[in-house]
Amino acid sequence: MKPTDTNNPDYFHKVVDCQWACPAHTDVPLYIRMIAQGRFGDAYIENRKSNVFPGILGRVCDRPCEPACRRGRVEDRPVAICRLKRVAADHRDDISDRLPKATASNGKKVALIGAGCASLTVANDLAPLGYEITIFEALKTTGGLMRTNIPQFRLPPKVLDEEIGYILDIGVDLKLNHPIDSMKELLDQGYDAVFVGTGAPRGKNLDIPGRYDSENIHIGIDWLESVAFDHIEKIGKRVLIIGVGNTAMDCCRTSMRIGAEDVKVMARKPREFFKASAWELEDAEEEHVEILVNHSPKNFVIEDGKLVGMTFEIMEYKIDDGGRIDRGTVVGEEVIPCDDVILAIGQDNAFPWIERDIGIEFNDWECPIVSEETMMCSRDGVFFGGDAAFGPKNIIWAVAHGHEAAISIHRYIQGNSLTDRLPRGVNLSSQKMGVHEWSFSNDFDPTGRRLMPHVDLKERFKKLDIEVELGFTAEQVTQEVERCLNCDIQTVFTEKLCIECDACIDICPVNCLTITHNGDEADLRTRLSAPAENLEQALYVSGDLPQTSRVMVKDEDLCVHCSLCAERCPTGAWDMQKSIVLIPQVADEVADDKAQTSAA
Amino acid sequence: MSYISKPKIQHPNARRNKLGLTSRDYEGAVSTLCAGCGHDSVTAAIVQSVYELNIEPHMLAKMSGIGCSSKTPAYFASQSHGFNSVHGRMPSVTTGANAANRTLTYIGVSGDGDSLSIGAGQFVHAIRRNLNMCYIIENNGVYGLTKGQFSASADIGSKPKKGLPNQQEPIDPVSMALSLGATYIARSFSGDKEQLVPLIQGALMHKGFALVDVISPCVTFNDHEGSTKSYAHTRKHYHNVVNADFIAPAEEIKTAYDEGSAMSVELHGGSKIVLRKVDKDYDPSSRASSFKYLRDRFNAGEIITGLLYIDEARNEMHDLMGNVDMPLSQLPLETLNPGNKELKKILSGYR
Repeated sequence: MKPTDTNNPDYFHKVVDCQWACPAHTDVPLYIRMIAQGRFGDAYIENRKSNVFPGILGRVCDRPCEPACRRGRVEDRPVAICRLKRVAADHRDDISDRLPKATASNGKKVALIGAGCASLTVANDLAPLGYEITIFEALKTTGGLMRTNIPQFRLPPKVLDEEIGYILDIGVDLKLNHPIDSMKELLDQGYDAVFVGTGAPRGKNLDIPGRYDSENIHIGIDWLESVAFDHIEKIGKRVLIIGVGNTAMDCCRTSMRIGAEDVKVMARKPREFFKASAWELEDAEEEHVEILVNHSPKNFVIEDGKLVGMTFEIMEYKIDDGGRIDRGTVVGEEVIPCDDVILAIGQDNAFPWIERDIGIEFNDWECPIVSEETMMCSRDGVFFGGDAAFGPKNIIWAVAHGHEAAISIHRYIQGNSLTDRLPRGVNLSSQKMGVHEWSFSNDFDPTGRRLMPHVDLKERFKKLDIEVELGFTAEQVTQEVERCLNCDIQTVFTEKLCIECDACIDICPVNCLTITHNGDEADLRTRLSAPAENLEQALYVSGDLPQTSRVMVKDEDLCVHCSLCAERCPTGAWDMQKSIVLIPQVADEVADDKAQTSAA
Repeated sequence: MSYISKPKIQHPNARRNKLGLTSRDYEGAVSTLCAGCGHDSVTAAIVQSVYELNIEPHMLAKMSGIGCSSKTPAYFASQSHGFNSVHGRMPSVTTGANAANRTLTYIGVSGDGDSLSIGAGQFVHAIRRNLNMCYIIENNGVYGLTKGQFSASADIGSKPKKGLPNQQEPIDPVSMALSLGATYIARSFSGDKEQLVPLIQGALMHKGFALVDVISPCVTFNDHEGSTKSYAHTRKHYHNVVNADFIAPAEEIKTAYDEGSAMSVELHGGSKIVLRKVDKDYDPSSRASSFKYLRDRFNAGEIITGLLYIDEARNEMHDLMGNVDMPLSQLPLETLNPGNKELKKILSGYR
């Protein structure tokens, strides 16, 4: 193999599994260390830089970082990254003077449609640069699906108001109760750019016999919105939820709080094919929601105009060795009595208000055709982000889209190429403080993952807005932060210093290191101290070593970043260096413009 | 040394030996030797050897004297027996222990100072008795623990960090053992575990005195330009004449060997060692020709490594003396101490 190119910003970025997996690339290990040092405000600001809504995401993020966490490979369970984010938000001191501030207007106007997480991120990035931002929101409040679809017992309105307030306070013109009915009309109003962040607002329907014969059959996301706005205050005693995604979990738990006593979530497939996040399933089951598998809806049972139950086909599936499931065969039928049914089987994009003759092209699924790099659609100056762009994803993806769209909008308005964006970069700095001292807590702490304390099972049902998760205790915080492996403190190797004494190889607790003759990757992977079977994790290969022309190979997969290789190295060939991955935002583009101008 | 101990976490797919132990189970305390010390690599080679040999930790005895080398037993097999003796006296203590219990596997770790200066007398007599043990010399040519003075194994012309080059004739433990009739003699290098591990395994399984002289550079006092025991010098002049493959009992010989150059030797307990001669002129079963070869190559400035001599036929100490098989502690009291009547009978034989 050729020596690893560590100047490529992606190399060390990938080693930080959590940061790589996060669409917004939050520097997770850095903020966890800040929490460990009691610097909650700093940790909050570090989060806010990339993910904009630490308090919100610290509760309800989809957490792509956690399944990626190296700790989950070294032992069973990842670091509770999301819970720690909430710790930073809950305990932050006054950070108001560190929030973005307005500057003098640059005379450019940008319209954002929808006041959800995508639009708010664009506003957060562009408003401080002098852009005049107008947000059009159809509903009477901000927040979009974060407010209407996530129940208050998971995400208190106070948290939403506070973090959205930080953005609106920069100086944004917010027009509530202002649905956009025609894109054409909006475009005629002379905005320099338009951003569409309207989400995926249409819940999927289930068109089976009896669907329109009762008023007790609800579409999940619409029903949640009605509950959020107090239009619906109760539900029948026996409720069936169709579908087993995260919306279904919110529907079943909300039902339990407004009158239901017997809630069943009906899944068509076995458990390993559920769409809901594992923790959301756990939280629902803790509240005695029953989840039934292999039940495929057949029809609603209506008697005397009243919904009395639902017929399901009992399914059996074959799962092949690759984990793929077949279409299944019907082996029986069952009627399950109920008073209400909530359909939570997915959501779609809907753009009835965008005319199809104004240069915005749509694909076969009625989704606009949007560039994943620039977020611009086929009409210049119109940008999309969040669920509106590529269909339903989650909040953190919407934030990532918002940052990228903000860069594009700026470049578009300045008349620059949208694709010629600032490249990513990486900075490395040694963390050595003394002979055996590092600037971070390098010892491996074998403590297991801390469990989130919950409000008592009876107490929590008294009101709809009692937040179930209490947040980590001080003791839990001090334990959980030590579980982080500090993957951002990179093991950096300088081959010309190596005397091939094997000290690093002998001390490595997880057999990451090998000195051997070079070969191609497939061959090398079998010849290491421990076979490198995780192909998604890179091999870090040095150039030829001075004494024997062999190479040093590190399998990044299971390194616990304990620094012992660097400590046992007599020549400093190994060093522990903090990687800061530079992910440009629009403010960096502006700074770069200024630097170029002053240089010229 | 390190302030943190090696984390107890291990590779989730770590292999286990026949006893269900991983190699981590054969580790000891974290080394307090200098970072990069060759001795730590020897420690790792010993860990790997005993792990692969499926040695029950309680059936292993680690013996040592004084010196950097003699700290080594603290760093492996922390579940095993150990005795850290007076300077240079490890061979006598091991002789005593072995006399009382021949069922343990004895591994002595010594250094060039401990074995070739203060303990030279002890070393030669352990060889002479053909004491059943694996005797490892971690040989770095200096007294590291007292700030790097030349030891008895320093080569003529080798330069110290400060001061004048050595002018005295070095003592070569391999030639010495050969002349004294040791039955398993190997030399290796701490920086070459592929060679070192099978040599240690063979030495542990050999019945009789097995010497493994390991060039183990002192990074702090003897790893500079002009040193003849540095990593760089050793790598440059290193010449492997006899490769040794260790084959565990009941394991098949999988490698295809060239006719004539390979020689299989059966060790005690059913394991085998296959010697592969890299130099066709070398005969590892002849003391006289080995001795000549070694001296010639030594004079040419080469560091000859590999399994240099082996003789499985000679009896070890217990066989020579006709001792019982059972450890003395397990003998019934009436056998161990037959009483006054028996003693009188014996004494009367001398009257």
